Amino acid sequence: MNIQDYKGVFVYAQQVDNVISGIALELIGKGKDLAKDLGTEVTAVLIGSDVKALADELAEYGADKVIVVDDPELKEYRTEPYTHALASVINEFKPEIVLVGATAIGRDLGPRVSARIHTGLTADCTQLEIGDFPINPIPGKEQLHNQLLMTRPAFGGNTIATIACPAFRPQMATVRPGVMQKAPKEAGKKAVVVEYNPGFTPDNKYVEILEVVKAVSDVADIMDAKILVSGGRGVGSAENFKILEDLAEVLGGTVSCSRAVVDAGWKSKDLQVGQTGKTVRPNVYFAIGISGAIQHVAGMEEADIIIAINKDETAPIFEVADYGIVGDLNKIIPALTESLKAEMAAK
Amino acid sequence: MKIVVCIKQVPDTKGGVKFNPDGTLDRAAMLTIMNPDDKAGLEAALRLKDQYGAEVTVVTMGLPKAEEVLREAMAMGADKGILVTDRVLGGADTWATSQTIAGAIRNLEYDLIITGRQAIDGDTAQVGPQISEHLGIPVISYAQNIKIEGDSVIVERQYDDRYHVLKAQMPCLITALAELNEPRYMTPGGIFDAYDAEITVWGRADLKDVDDSNLGLKGSPTQIAKASDKVRKGAGEKVALDPTEAVDYIVGKLKDKHVI
Repeated sequence: MNIQDYKGVFVYAQQVDNVISGIALELIGKGKDLAKDLGTEVTAVLIGSDVKALADELAEYGADKVIVVDDPELKEYRTEPYTHALASVINEFKPEIVLVGATAIGRDLGPRVSARIHTGLTADCTQLEIGDFPINPIPGKEQLHNQLLMTRPAFGGNTIATIACPAFRPQMATVRPGVMQKAPKEAGKKAVVVEYNPGFTPDNKYVEILEVVKAVSDVADIMDAKILVSGGRGVGSAENFKILEDLAEVLGGTVSCSRAVVDAGWKSKDLQVGQTGKTVRPNVYFAIGISGAIQHVAGMEEADIIIAINKDETAPIFEVADYGIVGDLNKIIPALTESLKAEMAAK
Repeated sequence: MKIVVCIKQVPDTKGGVKFNPDGTLDRAAMLTIMNPDDKAGLEAALRLKDQYGAEVTVVTMGLPKAEEVLREAMAMGADKGILVTDRVLGGADTWATSQTIAGAIRNLEYDLIITGRQAIDGDTAQVGPQISEHLGIPVISYAQNIKIEGDSVIVERQYDDRYHVLKAQMPCLITALAELNEPRYMTPGGIFDAYDAEITVWGRADLKDVDDSNLGLKGSPTQIAKASDKVRKGAGEKVALDPTEAVDYIVGKLKDKHVI
């Protein structure tokens, strides 16, 4: 492998049902920063069936170039044809960096692609930057420049590790949704669009989709919410989430929850905050009856203001809360809702 | 039917985390458990064994003490245990780990391989899909419900807002979620038998079709530049108030911060 042959920052532009996922735009935003540091361009790789029209949206959010792999075999996400598509693009165009969203799709696609093309992959990164490896010079070891330094939490959020991939290309990372910022939209901006089809021949690795079952959900995505009213086991029952919903409504917020609530069957998985759920960074995060296991905190600690209400004064959530109230949520929350209603009415 | 289940002995992350001077984990110094997603994968395999009849082989890679999780798995009902351990395999990233485990599995007959989705120490979710790639078989990640139909497996594959019902030809690799099931307990007889059971121990020489350049720290494309304990935002105010005071307190803070 001649590392010098690999140029440019590529981003996997995830789409589902021919709608660009938010993570794709976030990765383009980050990719632009990295490309600027390296003096190169950011390219979005768009894979699907009848997806070419989506290239303009990627351009408006900062993609300099869009490579489109469009084939009927790519209608729904399936591991093998998507792996073949992305691995073929990498082999053909030789990028130095490839970013993939750490979504239920990307965490399947990324490992399979990295194994196929023999390179390293760093999972669930929260920070990416260009720098030197080793970070500090070590006598007798060459210090490489312009390396992708990938930082990620490990051990349930107990530690932070920075990883490099010095001898293989591309340097690949999956990135958690909600961590990077998308660039401002530039309406009407165009990108160079390149169509590429490596050919798709079904084999034993192609699985058959018998059925697609979409969860019926009319609630807003918790990752977009400015105010989250999040409940944990302490809420006590599915029915009692009503008091959280009332509070969310008066504040124009959204209800989310901890893993315990999903496990108990009170709320659906798409509302779960935390390491095995979603990472959120709202302006205000109410943690109501949430003990604050480290896996939960990992998904919400970037919120601007954290307000915790818990009857257990030793709950770990108080260690990250800006404002912690030791008290009975069943009394406080309904009274708070009424008080806020009065405040709003007075305005 | 023959099922291989890959399990990992992991540090219990509720305890402390310790590092070697080179930034890799000091696994020997930490309390350990069977990784929860792997345990769910094992339970899924044992249910298939109960339902359809199967031979379940558990494979782990780790220090010699990782034998403990194999015995635990056998006490739950697994038939055979294989420990892959060798100094030259240490310090492996997900690429080198998946190469190692694929090299071990090439010695075995299998219709189905089940791994946990991810381990609670690394949280990468990469090793399962990478093993399947090295073996040239399909992978179904994030499995929720597993059925066998002839020479195919039918699985519900979870996504953020939907699931796909997938049919894959065996042999196939499935990654399991801890939410998949409630793992059974070890039985007293099982514990007794597992204590006496013979564990197969494989080293580097027993791995099939794997080049040295793909193993251990040296065969790992990714390298640790630095590792440290996470610095957390400190605790803010904590107050114990009666409900009326609590409401005034919260409303006051929301006003101070211009939220309302």
